Amino acid sequence: MSTWTAGLRERLVRELPPDELLPDRQPSYVASWIYVFGVLTSAAFLVVLGTGGVLALEGPQWWHTSGVGHYVNSLHLWGTELFMGFMVIHLWGKFFMAAWRGGRALTWVTGVLAFLASIGTAFTGYLIQTNFDSQFIAAEAKDGLNSVGVGAYFTVTNFGQMLMWHIVLLPLVVGLIVGVHVVQVRRRGVVPPIGAQDGPTPDPAAGAPGRGTR
Amino acid sequence: MTATAAPRSNASPAGAGTAGAPRAKWSGPTREYDLAKEFVVALVVVAVLTAALAALFSSPDVKQITIASWANGAPGDFLLTGAAELDGASASAGYGPPYTSDTSAAQKIGPLAPQNWPGVTHPIDTVTDFVVKPLSGVPGDPALTAALGAFKGATPAQRLTWAGAYDKALQKAPGNDPAKVAAADYGPVPVMLAALLKMAQSGGLDGALLSQGQFFQTDYTMPVLFIADGTFLEDAAVAQHLGGDQWGMMNETGAYPGQPWLWLYTFWYQIKPFSTSDNADALVWVLMMVLSLGLLLVPFIPGVRSIPLKIPVYKLVWRDYYRTQER
Repeated sequence: MSTWTAGLRERLVRELPPDELLPDRQPSYVASWIYVFGVLTSAAFLVVLGTGGVLALEGPQWWHTSGVGHYVNSLHLWGTELFMGFMVIHLWGKFFMAAWRGGRALTWVTGVLAFLASIGTAFTGYLIQTNFDSQFIAAEAKDGLNSVGVGAYFTVTNFGQMLMWHIVLLPLVVGLIVGVHVVQVRRRGVVPPIGAQDGPTPDPAAGAPGRGTR
Repeated sequence: MTATAAPRSNASPAGAGTAGAPRAKWSGPTREYDLAKEFVVALVVVAVLTAALAALFSSPDVKQITIASWANGAPGDFLLTGAAELDGASASAGYGPPYTSDTSAAQKIGPLAPQNWPGVTHPIDTVTDFVVKPLSGVPGDPALTAALGAFKGATPAQRLTWAGAYDKALQKAPGNDPAKVAAADYGPVPVMLAALLKMAQSGGLDGALLSQGQFFQTDYTMPVLFIADGTFLEDAAVAQHLGGDQWGMMNETGAYPGQPWLWLYTFWYQIKPFSTSDNADALVWVLMMVLSLGLLLVPFIPGVRSIPLKIPVYKLVWRDYYRTQER
């Protein structure tokens, strides 16, 4: 009788073979600048996590009183702007490539979920700046969240709660979703050009492969 | 990177099925592609770019408004707000859930009022929490003690009459100056609000509204709501182009980019019917939830999932591939 550990190992190797997780060859059609924006988004995510980690070391008020702290805050801000910018370009690039074809709908769904979770993460970051901007955003945003009943649980005027969401919960959520997204990309491979091989139409439920959509 | 025409020998049958379908493998030509190197280069590029942007443009840090700075900067607005908290005319006093129990104040989406569903989870009584309770901690002021005693001993109707009359008189007074308020019976309200102003100007009200009797506290709901009931915060925000009709939710103070990815959310507030609706927040939120769900489910929505076919951006992305195919 196989152990749980052996079963897990066999399943991981079967589902995520190393040559698919980290391939050193790609289909020849993977030759456009648009492909760079996925990896740029991942790189910017690491920069945001790293700079946020330094801010976390010193606490939320540090950057108001320290020149170094202010610079690290600036790194965190611009890293976030780049992260979101790269992600939006990546998302629209994939939209116009109909990248959900060929059984890749989950890749698209996890990508959109990562985008939405990142918006929430960035929003909570703006709420915990401990300055005028965060004060006014909290005062305004509470009305939107309260109007749909969410504000009763997700209280934007509660600095402590927003800090925890921003530095613990949401980065964890974004990280997990991004992880699943990247694994999906590796498992399913990069979507072929429209009309080629496994993706005749942008319909994920379409049956036989074919050409004819070019 | 080098391309080769040799198909992958381990190609499995290509499938174009659903998300749960067997994985499809490309059986055409492949090229060398160093993912690890690409990631490291991207990381270095992004790190350098971020460092340069941070060094060049820094980040904004406009100081927050304290209750003390508000009370010192605009005492008239502060007193008007205090009077509105007492007579129930402030935004917080009539907010509805999650702060007060007046369910009729909740925003609605047709017949639904999801604002009411969780109930009052953060109860706020503006009379007690914003005025009476903080003042009750002020020592050594017999006139204030007597005024508070009179206020507490009066009927709710009498309190409203005093506070409402003073609120109106203060609005009419030049500069909202309490010294220029027309003489009338306002009961203990003028003494209470004068003491509240004094307490606020000294910084005492900041601490009183935040601490709520605790040493450690991180919930700023009460001070934020109280400050937001006045016009001082809003005026300062409008000066920083943060107002709701200035695309404020996506802006930052100064000339910095804020959250441009919120452009669509902010957009709806600029146009009718949202810009003139009492239920704008609820309507915009529901609309955005529907649109977000739509974006999530694009692969499954007939018509929408075919848009990429009609706008041939993909031909630009894969131009090399299509050029090769034509040959």
